[in-house]
Amino acid sequence: MNLPKISQVTGRAIPVPGDDIDTDRIIPARFMKCLTFDGLGEYLFYDTRFNADGSEKLHNLNLPCFRDASIMVSGANFGCGSSREHAPQSLYRAGLRAIVAGNFAEIFFGNSTNLGMPCVSASRENLEKLSSATENDPDLRVVVDLENLQVRYGTECIPCEINPGARESLLNGTWDPLEELLTATNEIEETARSLPYA
Amino acid sequence: MNSKNLFEKVWDVHSVGELANGQTQLFIGRHLIHEVTSPQAFGMLREKSLPIRYPERTFATVDHIVPTDEASEPYSDILADAMIKELRKNCAESGVTFFDVDSGKQGIVHVVGPEQGLTQPGMTIACGDSHTSTHGAFGAIAFGVGTSQVRDLLATQTMAMSKLKVRRINVNGDLGTGIYAKDVILHIIRLLGVNGGTGFAYEYGGDVFDSFSIEERMTACNMSIEGGARVGYVNPDHKTFTYLKGRPYSPSNEEWEKQVSTWSSYSSDKGCSYDDIVTIEGSEVAPTVTWGINPGQAVAIGENIPNPDQVAQNDRAGVIEALDHMQLRAGSPIQGTKVDVAFIGSCTNGRLSDLEEVAARLPGHKVRDGLKAIVVPGSQIVSKLAMEKGLDKVFIEAGFEWRAAGCSMCLAMNPDKLVGDQLCASSSNRNFKGRQGSPTGRTMLMSPVMVAAAAVTGEVSDARTVFG
Repeated sequence: MNLPKISQVTGRAIPVPGDDIDTDRIIPARFMKCLTFDGLGEYLFYDTRFNADGSEKLHNLNLPCFRDASIMVSGANFGCGSSREHAPQSLYRAGLRAIVAGNFAEIFFGNSTNLGMPCVSASRENLEKLSSATENDPDLRVVVDLENLQVRYGTECIPCEINPGARESLLNGTWDPLEELLTATNEIEETARSLPYA
Repeated sequence: MNSKNLFEKVWDVHSVGELANGQTQLFIGRHLIHEVTSPQAFGMLREKSLPIRYPERTFATVDHIVPTDEASEPYSDILADAMIKELRKNCAESGVTFFDVDSGKQGIVHVVGPEQGLTQPGMTIACGDSHTSTHGAFGAIAFGVGTSQVRDLLATQTMAMSKLKVRRINVNGDLGTGIYAKDVILHIIRLLGVNGGTGFAYEYGGDVFDSFSIEERMTACNMSIEGGARVGYVNPDHKTFTYLKGRPYSPSNEEWEKQVSTWSSYSSDKGCSYDDIVTIEGSEVAPTVTWGINPGQAVAIGENIPNPDQVAQNDRAGVIEALDHMQLRAGSPIQGTKVDVAFIGSCTNGRLSDLEEVAARLPGHKVRDGLKAIVVPGSQIVSKLAMEKGLDKVFIEAGFEWRAAGCSMCLAMNPDKLVGDQLCASSSNRNFKGRQGSPTGRTMLMSPVMVAAAAVTGEVSDARTVFG
């Protein structure tokens, strides 16, 4: 299976400001009653976007100008809480292809990388600059460049960071590790046999 | 010889090799699954025509969606019914042992694993659930994983992982009377922050953890992830071994001595190094209650709710958002906050000792009129043991509803939900917006005894005063 090499993600960006945005916020638990991830994009940030009667709240995800955004911009500790892969799956299925935030909760980061959705970190100051630039001009073209560890927009260029292993696997098109894990048949067997428990 | 900590030893024993991107291919000795995060993984394997590599190393139970007041199937929630049937089918087809609702052993996955003796020192354990860190109470290294990793584990019994750093957290001295493991972990999260543990495994130790029972250690390890640490553990000791002796999946009597000596060898060596060390005095821990929308937003019962003008600038927006959601006034005492619902249960605090602690204090007290109070044992076995001791009667007599085992109102994937903006005193682990089933619902995390104090007084109260 050849996976695409992901060296950059380009597109419109949508700001969803705030620190500690948890995975219950990204996808409320009641939408996890499902046997596949299909259709989860619809419920992204559901309770932040909709009132109990189904009417829309004021939220960037409800604005037509951000509808085809492929990059989300947020704050510190994005994706904290539950390990539910439903969270990155709903982001991905809603069209997001990269997240730029202060930093990421570890399980969320791993789940996103496994889907080929890079999560890069930037400073609070630069995130605020990027957010206000996209608020002012939702059509702004933003580039998340993993090769050069930069986020570029307009005439601006801000530095970003990502775990080196994750970067490597995105750049090489090995972000889904299953194929590689499967090849180590003998080594897996040996490790299993060497353990003091079955 | 280099001295090593437990994390490093267990990691090395389970390392299969290095992957091209520098991560480790890590063998996972025990894999636990449940109905919410596994069906998609089985689906992905079917799509790729891949078999389950070591079905005997995977164990399943059903916990998130099970109703606690309706035993007969089909469940009235058709989606929940489809999920339990799918898990049953997947386990039957692949030969995975399933602690089903009619087994007498069903319950929350992090209660079931330890009580079956599946969780043992020196193991690597993974489950598609962030509270898998609970199993670290036994000196196992236990990871919460996503569904793609559940797939990887079913197919290879391995996953790709970056090695974590290790932070030793010493809690020294003694805890005051009426202070519980829940208070200790809420205190730690409050001090180190909800993302202070990112990139770390937490090794808990010191006098307080030495004197903790295994169930108390589980409560603390359970919430490591709320502090950002994917893994939390305590070195195994005689209490660990005593707890495990004679459990269904524990080593047999013939192998016992040998296993205990292997288990002991995993303990962190004296003088080993850590990437960071934090020391906390047990005497500084008070009954702790969350006031906000993440588990780090907590105060001691005698303290006031923070004022956004008096917190660090980076925290200000978060405090304002939390106060707004919680409908709390900055600067007012946390004590006296009116409570609508009381929930005792969850993988954090749904074990026998939790129920015993509360039941010992309830006689002579009644749940406040109009307040809904439910007790949900963590497993069918916890429920059975509690009923043998007559605890169910104590709870019912005091005005609690006694329910069947499951995750219940911790995340409200079953019918147990808050309504509107009800405020719940909860022994669970997360106070995120909407966590307990109503988008405007409000959660305050605390120990089970503090939940009981709130239930009988109708407001957030100091259990030490309420129960004397």
